[in-house]
Amino acid sequence: MLNRTADSVARATPEPLARKVRGISDKGLAWLFISPTILLLLAINIFPLFWAIYLSFTNYRANRPNEVVRNVGLANYKRILGDQDIWIAMQTTAHFVFWTILLQTLIGFTLAWLIDRKFRGHAFWTTIILVPMMLSPAVVGNFWRFLYEPQIGLFAYAISFVTGIPATQIGMLSNVSLAPWSIVIVDTWMWTPYVMLICLAGLRSIPEYIYEAAEVDRASNWRQFWSITLPMALPFIMLAVLFRGIENFKMFDMVNLLTGGGPGSTTEVASITLKRQAFESWRTGYSSAFAIILFVAVFGLANIYVKALNKVKQR
Amino acid sequence: MSLTSAHSVVAPSAISKRVAGTIIVLYALISIVPLLWIFATSFKTPPDSIAYPPKILFQPSLEGYCNLFSTRTRQTPEYINSLGPATGVCDETVRKRNMVIAGPSNFMPRFINSLIIAFGSTFCAVFLGTLSAYGFSRFKVPLADDLLFFILSTRMMPPIAVAIPIYLMYRELGLSDTALGMILLYTAVNVSLAVWLLKGFIDEIPREYEEAAMIDGYTRLQAFWRTVLPQATTGIAATAIFCLIFAWNEYAFAALLTSGTAQTAPPFIPTIIGEGGQDWPAVAAGTTIFLVPILVFTILLRKQLLRGITFGAVRK
Repeated sequence: MLNRTADSVARATPEPLARKVRGISDKGLAWLFISPTILLLLAINIFPLFWAIYLSFTNYRANRPNEVVRNVGLANYKRILGDQDIWIAMQTTAHFVFWTILLQTLIGFTLAWLIDRKFRGHAFWTTIILVPMMLSPAVVGNFWRFLYEPQIGLFAYAISFVTGIPATQIGMLSNVSLAPWSIVIVDTWMWTPYVMLICLAGLRSIPEYIYEAAEVDRASNWRQFWSITLPMALPFIMLAVLFRGIENFKMFDMVNLLTGGGPGSTTEVASITLKRQAFESWRTGYSSAFAIILFVAVFGLANIYVKALNKVKQR
Repeated sequence: MSLTSAHSVVAPSAISKRVAGTIIVLYALISIVPLLWIFATSFKTPPDSIAYPPKILFQPSLEGYCNLFSTRTRQTPEYINSLGPATGVCDETVRKRNMVIAGPSNFMPRFINSLIIAFGSTFCAVFLGTLSAYGFSRFKVPLADDLLFFILSTRMMPPIAVAIPIYLMYRELGLSDTALGMILLYTAVNVSLAVWLLKGFIDEIPREYEEAAMIDGYTRLQAFWRTVLPQATTGIAATAIFCLIFAWNEYAFAALLTSGTAQTAPPFIPTIIGEGGQDWPAVAAGTTIFLVPILVFTILLRKQLLRGITFGAVRK
């Protein structure tokens, strides 16, 4: 009897820790849970961003930390907007983004559309196709340098085998007109599965009954594709394009390892220019200004695009 | 939706299935040729690796792996003959090329750096991400949408743009070229993915479980610990693997912010050179060792892949 009373008293009394935690309101707990993440992002992302904004108005050079830092106002921004090389780099980036996205979307959607036929073994082959996108673009990109070697490389050999052009003449990385395509090819090889996977989700989200209704109305396959399949998968395709667009705008790893921006500056995308300015010429202030411009550009374009995407979704 | 559900009146015909299957299989086979070639090259000798036409059939050799893990010096045959018998496969292989093993290469330390940094940052990102995701999922947080968008937007910046101020900051704090610095940085990058993915997973766990637990006398924290976390294990595991893959594969930050003691494998592998140029079998060996864990993870993750790569936006 006594034992039981003691037991129930013990159970009713919360442990000191529990009492303390019980004291925390849900609101307090919410902030306790969220604030570490916000603090980390403020320290590692936002504080450096503001530092970069400050630096972009100065002539600071990271390799000369003892030199007096001068405020130069908007001079860096003016120089960048008037700099021919920067505009060429932006054009190069735009070309890469355009061609990689076009190819990846076309091939990716086609593959998804074929996989959606659900032939035997489709799950296995889908997994095989997905492998390249999980790998390190740097480590795999580096190996493509070997595949691209004019004489000994497998790629050059395969092309010469098919076309009859001597393998020694296929200098994918050294030829001015081929080098940009060498990067587009690797990027497409690597990221088409990404677009494919998202498109596949889009195709599978289309309810069966819509096709059944179309069938009842005797709509041709062609008609069904253009008025059901494509419009209904469009939000997914656009989402894939958004993710790939942001990623390819930032493209660095593969270009740095395959061509390093060369030959000359034919493949010098914005990230490579930024790296050269910031970590080779050590023009920290100038490159910070360029970084800010790039960030504003990605952020602005992505925002406009998301608005368009939402409109398509609502339709 | 089941993947095997038969289309009723609109089932693709047998012939269209066969054509589709053939094209997909062809694409899959062509797209894995580069990976098979990496694997094959890692077992070639350097002369075999640069033969023309490229050799598909060859005598397998461990020379690539030996070269990957060792540094070697060239010696005269007399000197090599004066040594005792070879002490292993690698010793024997390099002696045939008139060389002796001088010591271990930097590959092992770089590989270990990759492991430490990837696992360290994954643990931190998933820990922070789980807490935040639960906070965003269950409580009314003021400006929740703005905060979530802010968390995601940190991911839009080009890595090089982020690297400039980080480089300066780390120099001031003494974090340059340290594993801690890289762990912090990768945690910050990955936490956005972790929050978004885990919020989706936790949203799917019915609130009733916690409410029932809290009626039974659990505190909110105990309810989170005893009912939500066990339910979220699949989601947490999938998120952790995605974070791990990102940190494992990352190159730009690693190349710019590390140079020696904390360098990871991705910036190191391209610098592996032999006599007279790149030692491709050694590079291929390093690449193979580096890629195998990712292949395993990809197969484990295949059902969650879509969710992971779209930050939880598409859930099937």
